[in-house]
Amino acid sequence: MQLESNGFNKSYSGKLIIVEGLDGSGKSTQLYLLKCWLVNQDIPVFFTEWNSSSLVKKSTKRAKKLNQLSPTTFSLIHASDFADRYEKTILPHLKAGYLVLADRYVYTAYARDIARGCDSEWVRNVYEFAVKPDLALYFEAPLEVSINRIISGRTELKYHEAGMDLNLSSDKVESFKLFQGIIKREYDNMAEDEDFVIIDATKQIEKQQKKLRKIVTKRILNNFSPPVCGKYNNNKMKEGHSDEASV
Amino acid sequence: MKQAFRYYGQGIPYIKEKDYIGQLIVVEGPDYAGRSTHIMLLQKWLESEGHAVLSCGLSRSTLIGEAIQDAKEGNVLGKKTLSLLYATDFADQLENKVLPALKAGYVVLLDRYIFTLMARDMARGASKEWLVKLFGFAPIPNLIFFLKVSPQVLIYRALKKYAALNFWESGMDMSFSNDTYESFLIYQSLIANYFDEMIKEYDFIVLDGGKDSEIVQGKMKKSIIEYFIKMGMIANDELE
Repeated sequence: MQLESNGFNKSYSGKLIIVEGLDGSGKSTQLYLLKCWLVNQDIPVFFTEWNSSSLVKKSTKRAKKLNQLSPTTFSLIHASDFADRYEKTILPHLKAGYLVLADRYVYTAYARDIARGCDSEWVRNVYEFAVKPDLALYFEAPLEVSINRIISGRTELKYHEAGMDLNLSSDKVESFKLFQGIIKREYDNMAEDEDFVIIDATKQIEKQQKKLRKIVTKRILNNFSPPVCGKYNNNKMKEGHSDEASV
Repeated sequence: MKQAFRYYGQGIPYIKEKDYIGQLIVVEGPDYAGRSTHIMLLQKWLESEGHAVLSCGLSRSTLIGEAIQDAKEGNVLGKKTLSLLYATDFADQLENKVLPALKAGYVVLLDRYIFTLMARDMARGASKEWLVKLFGFAPIPNLIFFLKVSPQVLIYRALKKYAALNFWESGMDMSFSNDTYESFLIYQSLIANYFDEMIKEYDFIVLDGGKDSEIVQGKMKKSIIEYFIKMGMIANDELE
């Protein structure tokens, strides 16, 4: 029986899968492929990504433009944004029995906020209301690999994206490299405590996906029973799952 | 008069200056307790005594004030979201206005502090432990005045001022009652209980906000003078 942080029994049948990793680690691509596979099986899926709530967007954008955010307000404004998404979409979907796929979760906030100088215990307390994922996948690649993917694919880095507010370097690319290095260290540090399943993000896309589907089948689908209604009546899960995940 | 910042929790790790020379004075209390009147009077008095004064209040910041206003009008925010938005706003005011003024030697008069935010959130089901840790970045004020007023008196004042009760001040989002009057009393009594629990823990100077404002103001001035003497900011004989 899984427990929520407040000690109550989890009162829903949905499942939460999250992916974490540096920009350019390929996690969004992998999550997209996973989603396609799940949708094809008529499994009720809900997808959500970091920073997509409409309410706080306006304020965050303006504040970021003005560079008037401190590490604390940066952290809190993103926490508000996450809370809005969590309370309005993530939790209701979990309660209704969906399989929720999240591109980045609270660990992104832990890594970024701690890199910006917030106290690590404080940040964890801010996000204490968020349930622990049923499966947390960490796409791990050597720093140079993900950095090269980003720098070669994008024209210009944004101010906060490059971690310019940390005053690591006045050169955006250099600052980005240093910032990503700190974030990778934070991810690596929490991998064990937070039960991350580590995926080697340097492997071929197809191979990673195959591994992902295997893990998801074993850890989630074999033990997942969403409410059956409407188009989900055809839910192929009823026919039982083979461990042989096809790509 | 240099003093080191003391915080309720882990503080603000990335702030380099650890000392300040100003004074942080907080005036807490429920809606219609008379906080703004007293702050205005204190500011006049302190300025006439030669102190540089900054007075400011919660949720007047430009950072996310708009988001809060939008949300209040649409009434579509979850409880956690709302408490985090208020905390963001508070942190913004604290870092951009209050701390710089304290470092520059101002007497800062704050209309409300973390206690109002905590009481409101606790009334909406947030755990005290979570809130205490959340506001661990707040410095401990030099003086905290608490204007205690019974909900019955608050409702009398609210009606006198606006002739009708406000949705949020009545805690109508909590669905205690369809009746604003009843809801106001229930909600403000809850808030009052949470404040009462904080009096000892946070060392509030409790004042009877139901009394005549001149009497209350006199007591506030007396406490401030005593504190300034204790801190060596003014000598005893200067008062004559």
